[in-house]
Amino acid sequence: MSDKVKFKIDGKECVADKGVNLVDAAKQNGIYIPTLCHLEGVKPAGSCRVCNVKINGRFMTACTTPVADGMEVENNTQDIQELRKIIVETLFVSGNHYCPACEKSGCCELQALGYKFTMLVPRFPYAFEPKEVDAESTKLFIDRNRCILCKRCVRSIKSKDGKSIFAIKGRGHNAMINIDHELAAQMTDEEATMAMDNCPVGSILKKERGYYTPIGSRKYDKEPIGSDIEESVII
Amino acid sequence: MSSNVQSIVEKYGNNANRLMDILHDIHSEKGFVSNGEMKEIALLLNISKVDVEQTLTFYHFFSENPRGKYTIYLNNSLVAEMMGREEVAKTFEKATGTKFGTVSDDGLFGLYDTSCIGMNDQEPAAIINGIVFPRVTTYRVKELIRSFRQGHTVEDMINSYGGGQNQSELVQAMVTNNLNRRGAVIFSDYTPGEGLEKLKSLKPQDIIEEVKNSNIRGRGGAGFPTGLKWDFCSKAEGDERFVLCNADEGEPGTFKDRVILTERPSLMFEGMIIAGYAINAKLGLLYLREEYYYLKKHLEFVLSDFRQKGWLGNNILGIEGFNYDIRIQFGAGAYVCGEESALIESCEGKRGEPRNRPPFPVQVGYLNQQTIINNVESLSSVTKIIANGADWFKSMGTKESSGTKLLSISGDLKYPGTFEVEWGITINEMLEMAGATDVKAVQVGGPSGRLIGPNEFHRTICYEDLPTGGAMIVIGEGRSILDVVMNFMDFFIEESCGSCAPCRYLTVILRNKMKKIIDGKGVASDLDEIVHWGKQMKIANRCGLGQSAANPILTSIENFRHEYEAKIEKGKDFDTEFDLNSAIIESARAVGRFPEA
Repeated sequence: MSDKVKFKIDGKECVADKGVNLVDAAKQNGIYIPTLCHLEGVKPAGSCRVCNVKINGRFMTACTTPVADGMEVENNTQDIQELRKIIVETLFVSGNHYCPACEKSGCCELQALGYKFTMLVPRFPYAFEPKEVDAESTKLFIDRNRCILCKRCVRSIKSKDGKSIFAIKGRGHNAMINIDHELAAQMTDEEATMAMDNCPVGSILKKERGYYTPIGSRKYDKEPIGSDIEESVII
Repeated sequence: MSSNVQSIVEKYGNNANRLMDILHDIHSEKGFVSNGEMKEIALLLNISKVDVEQTLTFYHFFSENPRGKYTIYLNNSLVAEMMGREEVAKTFEKATGTKFGTVSDDGLFGLYDTSCIGMNDQEPAAIINGIVFPRVTTYRVKELIRSFRQGHTVEDMINSYGGGQNQSELVQAMVTNNLNRRGAVIFSDYTPGEGLEKLKSLKPQDIIEEVKNSNIRGRGGAGFPTGLKWDFCSKAEGDERFVLCNADEGEPGTFKDRVILTERPSLMFEGMIIAGYAINAKLGLLYLREEYYYLKKHLEFVLSDFRQKGWLGNNILGIEGFNYDIRIQFGAGAYVCGEESALIESCEGKRGEPRNRPPFPVQVGYLNQQTIINNVESLSSVTKIIANGADWFKSMGTKESSGTKLLSISGDLKYPGTFEVEWGITINEMLEMAGATDVKAVQVGGPSGRLIGPNEFHRTICYEDLPTGGAMIVIGEGRSILDVVMNFMDFFIEESCGSCAPCRYLTVILRNKMKKIIDGKGVASDLDEIVHWGKQMKIANRCGLGQSAANPILTSIENFRHEYEAKIEKGKDFDTEFDLNSAIIESARAVGRFPEA
């Protein structure tokens, strides 16, 4: 048992492997902590802030925090859910998200979180900022209208010799995702598919392929995001 | 491949961690870094072009495009505005024939806003091709632009030298020190080497104990005990250790480190050497904001003098095996790089985005090694602590705040400048000392601090009551608090690194809400909302910038709620901001029918 740690989430006794981050540790115990930038197996960024929880009374992001013995975690409280909802709404109004026309609708984690937090309409005014679409790459579209700057692509998709294919350009609310066209041209079909699948929204799309899975039978069409975790307890 | 880019990249050992230096060198030759040059750099460093681009586009003073033969950066801090920036800005636009954010058609002038450049005691101030022009008037603007058109260089237009080292051959700056009060630590009498002398008889652990005993806490604002930080670092396991000195003072309203860097650089460098000895480091970096580029030669001279004296290099002071050197690492315009982990990222040639913590820099810092980061003022104080002893240091200040503190006081007062005081004076005493009367508010610790009103002027400046990194902005009776807050919000939006979602855009939402209230379109519920949203910022973000970005709103509503309420529409609980007529004007024009009045 030495490689296991005991902790509590919202009062529930939990056990997890030592050293794993709190998002994955919660998952092992059938508890869903919402995330957007987190991607299992990739170094956490802690940038979307949706996985904010209270650990021993302090707000911290679950994806960047390794679980430790005796941790008291608050996850599903009114304050925390309100914070998460505000973040999700912020992401909706700062981009241009027209779900009905988006290839990722039904598979989109941002949209799914919108439903999860029963966001009927964002409380903030829409920015409607013009964003550039980059279609220069042979395999991929980059639609910055939908990008939430989670950096999943930056962290998970590299060239064969380990160079960045994606990176951020600019800073603050002008920051945007950038793609290296030369390196992107060398991507295989599988790598391009992976880039698209790793994107939580519809910002990275593979060319010459659309609506592969019909709307109505997509990932979040029938069950809300996180329900797969809440139904199955691994340990 | 241009031989120039190649020779610059080779000069830094084809090391991607030196990307900031590489970009600086190319910039200083031609004023921007082209797409082609980015590709060359990427090839030589064996990284992708987007990686070069992501660093380049992070920093305000770096550019992908030409910014004019004369590149003018005009400070837009609150105090610059208070001192007449608007007229000066208009005159710049008129004289150059171009708008802020653009380059004139003839390519001669580029006009840009810039966040506080550390000259709040001599505003409005501008940086033109790296040279600081303080106290700019409309007359001076016309004279400058006329002369530049006639072919004069920027150096030709230096028409005075400030006092002290500003007039030395290596500086020759128009900047004045405005050192209005010398205290017992930083600006007391000082002979270079008086701290170092003690190293010969002290072991590294003795130094750490002495610093711990002095109770000195970080002068940058966070107030972490310096000795404890050094202790953690020296005990962390690792191959190499580094000392980083944070000279990125970017908090609007602070400029005290500028005066140390000008008048007491040896005191600071000694502190860096003492720190290096204490934690067993081989290298120290002075992370210097680009706004202070004019001090480069002056500081490098001190370092070469130290090397000649045997205070840097191998077997320093004859202590066997004590090998240590210092180099200057320039930033390129990013407030967030004052945050210690962002500063490390910048030193490594990356975007200045704060890291997730833990691990802390003492465990995993610069180049993933054990690193301490201390403020200029903290390290300067350490030199005196080692020279005169912890007890001497503790005899000044209050119980929990020992020693002195440099205050940068600016705004509506008679004697703006740097004041060295013992911890423990009240705001009222401070205002009296600096010649401030009819004061409506004081912004303690800059925009990330607190806006306080007269009901708190009895409070004491010290860690146990009103802690501060030293930026004190005095706001006179005639000013509108809402305008103050607006300036600060624009600042945080400009300086957010953009990594955390709430800091990236909730700041914009908050600013827009402020604008709505200032425009007289606010309703009562707007105040509740802005407070509720602002409180999320404190808990949602990773670093101090994001966590404190709503402080101007929250503390001003706490202390000056009546100014907000005076702007709120009375008797209306519905939103009046939406203007139907202006919303449909475009389609009305298209069909040629307009709503009747």
